[in-house]
Amino acid sequence: MSSGPRQQVGLFVTCLVDLYRPTVGFAAIALIERSGPYTVVVPEAQTCCGQPGYNSGDKESALAIARQVVAAFEGFDYVVAPSGSCGGMIKTHYPELLAGDPAYAARARKLADKTYELTQFLRDVAKWDGVTAAFAQKVTYHDSCSALRELQVKRQPRELLAKVRGLSFKELPNGEPCCGFGGTFCVKFPDISNRMVEDKVANIEATGADVVLAADMGCLLNIAGKLKRAGSKVEARHVAEVLAGMADDAAIGEGQ
Amino acid sequence: MESTAHLFKDNVTRALNDAHLQQALGHVRTKFIDKRQQAMAALPEFEALRDAGRDLKNHVLSRLDEYLVEFEGNVKKNGGHVHWAATPAEARKIILDICRGTGAKTVTKGKTMVGEEIGINDHLAANGIEPIETDLGEYIIQLRGEAPSHIIAPSVHVTKDQVEETFRRVHTDLDPNRNLSEPSSLLHEARVKLRGRFIAADVGITGANFLIANSGTTTIVTNEGNGDLTQTLPRIHIVLAGIEKIVPRIEDAGLLLRLLARSATGQEMSSYTTFSTGPRRPEDVDGPDAFHVVLVDNGRSKLLGTEFEEMLRCIRCGACLNHCPIYHNVGGHAYGWVYAGPIGAITTPALIGIEHSAPLPEASSLCGRCEQVCPVRIPIPKMLRAWREEAFERRLHGNRARWALKLWAALATRPALYRLVTRIGAGALGALGGKRGRFTSLPFAEAWTAHRDLPAPQGRTFMAMYRGKK
Repeated sequence: MSSGPRQQVGLFVTCLVDLYRPTVGFAAIALIERSGPYTVVVPEAQTCCGQPGYNSGDKESALAIARQVVAAFEGFDYVVAPSGSCGGMIKTHYPELLAGDPAYAARARKLADKTYELTQFLRDVAKWDGVTAAFAQKVTYHDSCSALRELQVKRQPRELLAKVRGLSFKELPNGEPCCGFGGTFCVKFPDISNRMVEDKVANIEATGADVVLAADMGCLLNIAGKLKRAGSKVEARHVAEVLAGMADDAAIGEGQ
Repeated sequence: MESTAHLFKDNVTRALNDAHLQQALGHVRTKFIDKRQQAMAALPEFEALRDAGRDLKNHVLSRLDEYLVEFEGNVKKNGGHVHWAATPAEARKIILDICRGTGAKTVTKGKTMVGEEIGINDHLAANGIEPIETDLGEYIIQLRGEAPSHIIAPSVHVTKDQVEETFRRVHTDLDPNRNLSEPSSLLHEARVKLRGRFIAADVGITGANFLIANSGTTTIVTNEGNGDLTQTLPRIHIVLAGIEKIVPRIEDAGLLLRLLARSATGQEMSSYTTFSTGPRRPEDVDGPDAFHVVLVDNGRSKLLGTEFEEMLRCIRCGACLNHCPIYHNVGGHAYGWVYAGPIGAITTPALIGIEHSAPLPEASSLCGRCEQVCPVRIPIPKMLRAWREEAFERRLHGNRARWALKLWAALATRPALYRLVTRIGAGALGALGGKRGRFTSLPFAEAWTAHRDLPAPQGRTFMAMYRGKK
């Protein structure tokens, strides 16, 4: 533990934010640093949280990656991920995955205790109430399964969005079902996944929202891809972009 | 029952293109969920009950042998018989022998999923004994030559119009101009048809929701009363049950009953809850002359003490099916064997082997809604992962996915190399798709782009930009 007045927060960028949407990473850094006496550090030794292997039965690969993440992040006061999926992997699955490894079991549990999804950290740890961003759009919100059911995150993004100037919020009807992404599920069972995202997109359209926000890039790529294929005008963005006032870049799947 | 679980993908294609099925599944998607929600809201201690249900079942599983022996002793004390069947073949033989012993011509049946496991209907029919399903849903699908597609709503895949069509096709002795447009008229017709069969039957077979150890009592719940007629009117009552159905005392059955109907249909209690303790006694006004309990293992005991033991807590309420987006879209038959939905996806590999059902545990986005609603808190996603692990270790899925995973892990555990590859990848994809912002088709991504566009990356990786800014 660092003992200074500023606490060190390790940012787990996530592979999809790294690869697809750097804006979300910078928005996350800005938000964390605004929310309290925190200095964000981005460890070089991070890549992926190990879910592809973990959810596909390749435990050996998942273990190797999990050990790497534990070693890279255990020194921070907090670890934050702009994703319920990767956050949930570290927070709820690492302790179980590494339980049989005497060198890592206790370390994985400790890391889990201080790891948070971004909006969860901002509200529950930093108790942050200081959103200053403006976003004059009608917005709806998609809860990822991992945030909602693994991490019990639902209230936090809504509390933060309520402070955004000009934003009008419309709750997504039948919001609890999965959007059909599910990591490799969407390419292993594309036809079922398609029906699921069709339902999700129809519900999004029904809100009359201009923009759908979510905290997970996987869901967002899936939903944005379906919205665009369907010719919808609804845009998709990561919630961090809006909260940080960094929603000037083209939305996900939109041309520049 | 013959399994087509290994053909899950073909089954899915058929299901998604079946207009009747898709129409019928509309009910599952909304009705069950709303009703369960209302039942929960009316019972503040529901979450505590779920904990208690889980703990009770865990306790039972830790002493299954003791409770089963206690149950057997008490059934005998009451004048009944207990038969132990390790396999479906043994169970079929026991039941056929009992039926033959009494010269049975017809057998009425209450709903039993274990009956589906052991394929009892076909076996009886092949041996000249006619089985008659008496649960309305089971009756409908028996006429249609189908298997149940849901644990508690076996004909949920059938539309009302299809039921009318089936009744007109089979009930040819009735007036062809009769009005069957209302569900109540269909119900009435089934009742009329079944009434005589109840009275004529020589043997009645029911399942059991619970087996009560300290009294030798078996319990069933129904909403139609068909189970009572099945077990009280014939000369012989056979109870067919999995060994995991045991509870120590009637109070424990009470606890699980409070969870069962609320989780299943949103009712506080099913319309009929019936306790059977032995054959008819001299002072009883009715009841069977003989009472048999067939305890079926069929792979269950093998799960004890393994990471799959917790699935034996299942009380067959169907809540996981009702909340599963996969089940909502493909229905029950696509799963290819007796048990559908999330519980089917973990139970089928346990009972018929993962090598015969490898696609089932894969067919989940691991969204976790099943675990969220399970009345006895079975960690279904965890077990789906455990089966995936077993399938991976046994190389049941071919090499392409295997190599992709190994390649990904090799990259992900070498951050410097990973940085290089992702920088090139994001750059190339960003340059190709950046102007339009997305791809409508892309080699190697057809499974994605068949149904949706693939958003293009912004162009540079976060890590490269972050390093540049520092």
